[in-house]
Amino acid sequence: MRIFKKLATSVALAGAMFGTPAFAQDDVRIALVVKALGIGFFEAANEGAQEAAKELGNVEIIYTGPTDTTAEGQIEVINALIAQQVDAIAISSNDTDALVPVLKRAMQRGITVISWDSGVATEGRQLHLNPSSNPLIGNMIIKLAADHLPNGGKVALLSATTTSTNQNIWMEEMNAVMGDYPGIEVVATVYGDDLADKSYREAIGLMQSYPDLDAIIAPTSVGIVAAAQAVVDAGKVGEVNVTGLGLPSEMAGAIESGASQSFAIWNPIDLGYSATMLAYELSQNGAEAAPGGEIPMGRMGALTLDENNEGAMADPFVYDASNIDDFKSIF
Amino acid sequence: MMRFIPVREAILGSAILILIILVASRFAGFVAPSNLVNVFNDTAPLIILALGQMVVILTRCIDLSVAANLALTGMAVAMINVAMPGLPIPVVIAIAVLMGGIMGAINGVLVWKLSIPPIVVTLGTMTIFRGIIFLISDGKWVNSHEMSAAFTGFPRAVLLGLPALSWIAIMTVIVFGIMMARTQFGRSIFAVGGNPHAAVYTGINVGKTQFWAFVVSGALAGLTGYLWVARYAVAYVDIAGGFELEVVAACVIGGISIAGGIGSVGSAVLGAIFLGVVKNALPVVNISPFWQLAISGSAILIAVAFNARSGRTKGRIILKSAEATQ
Repeated sequence: MRIFKKLATSVALAGAMFGTPAFAQDDVRIALVVKALGIGFFEAANEGAQEAAKELGNVEIIYTGPTDTTAEGQIEVINALIAQQVDAIAISSNDTDALVPVLKRAMQRGITVISWDSGVATEGRQLHLNPSSNPLIGNMIIKLAADHLPNGGKVALLSATTTSTNQNIWMEEMNAVMGDYPGIEVVATVYGDDLADKSYREAIGLMQSYPDLDAIIAPTSVGIVAAAQAVVDAGKVGEVNVTGLGLPSEMAGAIESGASQSFAIWNPIDLGYSATMLAYELSQNGAEAAPGGEIPMGRMGALTLDENNEGAMADPFVYDASNIDDFKSIF
Repeated sequence: MMRFIPVREAILGSAILILIILVASRFAGFVAPSNLVNVFNDTAPLIILALGQMVVILTRCIDLSVAANLALTGMAVAMINVAMPGLPIPVVIAIAVLMGGIMGAINGVLVWKLSIPPIVVTLGTMTIFRGIIFLISDGKWVNSHEMSAAFTGFPRAVLLGLPALSWIAIMTVIVFGIMMARTQFGRSIFAVGGNPHAAVYTGINVGKTQFWAFVVSGALAGLTGYLWVARYAVAYVDIAGGFELEVVAACVIGGISIAGGIGSVGSAVLGAIFLGVVKNALPVVNISPFWQLAISGSAILIAVAFNARSGRTKGRIILKSAEATQ
């Protein structure tokens, strides 16, 4: 009996050892590792990855991640992926540094590693795909307002706190390209501290101080929603256009009421698509991730890498009445 | 005459007037009746919460969990609204008041039965309530397009020129005015804060009075939770973050003694209105945002300094300390 059991186990083990590589030969297996499963944003990224897989033909996407947003959970997942000898790992990380050792080990085993959305330190990946870049975002927020003001007009900024790094950089980049938008005048910058009530009050104050205000630009998700509500309550829908950066699920009401004509944020579908394309190029087509290099990513064009091997995917994606319904349930 | 307009209220009232005149000199539109209505409406949640906080502070306690209570109730009723859009608004309001009251009762029981210092109890429950919001919502927002029109429309419904939100604040003020002056509960609150030892000898249960003070404060926070979420048409974990300090500041500006026993409904309301005017004036007077925090902070300090000087013994002392009466 004992011998039989041993024998059975060995046979099973041998079968598994032969079986797995044989299965792996067919498809290029790209693992899309996300911060946590069950988040709409990442489910949408998976959708994009599947799209890329279909386009490439011989790719199998392994969509995986921990059940909560922890680095430990992701380390376990990556260890499992290394054991399965996947071809590439594309990760949106929960920690910049904690994942470096395990990702280094993956690279030593010949696995292509890239990060997207939320990056890891330079030594832990071959390249990092940013959804967008600060200059692109800075340009986009003023463009969103200017597109609806063909004859020029007055716009005001409603930011988060005076010390928010992201918002300050975006506004700086916006000011750098103001020359491209003649006739658009930024009359004020106010701060809503990412609190709904303060942002609302500041937006009301803006409309009082500048009765001929044409647009409020809020590059922050709390601010843009609060400003849209303030415009509705002040009865200024159609006069003041609220725009900036927000999430489709949160802004659906504002688009519906007409308080906001359009707003922008990165498109997770494009992001998943591009990450998959990049991982494929690096692992199968011998593309080299080096500063200054350009790597093609299908319909999204090419990614240009900077000195840290980071690149920006594209302009933030614009959402308006025509596409909000498709996205509001996603993220 | 002085009997009917107490000194503290008179000083605060004139400070508010001077403030409004100063703002109007820089931005004339501020004194337009429609704007003053807006300012009052914007201050309504603060007035309601300040009255609840006043009752708690009068009994020598403090409730730091009001903003978290507000946020949790707001998130809960918003989620209930998403699940059952047809639920009538009076039922939603009843649920909000009940939920808030229960959370207040938790604070009250811990203070009453376990004799834990109120500041510790409410600091703890504040964090717990915020944590629970995260648990029930998964960190997700409830957005305006998910809420029913009736849900977000109620606080905005205009009646006799004022939105419902303002009317609720006015009604709360009237109810509290009567409660504090005319009922046994109102008088026992002053007695417990003024002199707890003497209160015991007159047959007042100090712990129980404090318990009910917390329930009142919690119920009002719950009510405000619904109004807040409906007004800003969004519910997320951090709504009203740090608002508890503004509520306490409104009380302190109104001259309600942190040591308990001294204060009045009128002064709490004026304290809230003072803060509301400052908050609404700053965005329109074109002061650098970098200075705004410093200015609102100084306004609070100046108001409190004035209050501290204007007669320390003018509180409504029902039971005096033996050594003070001789």
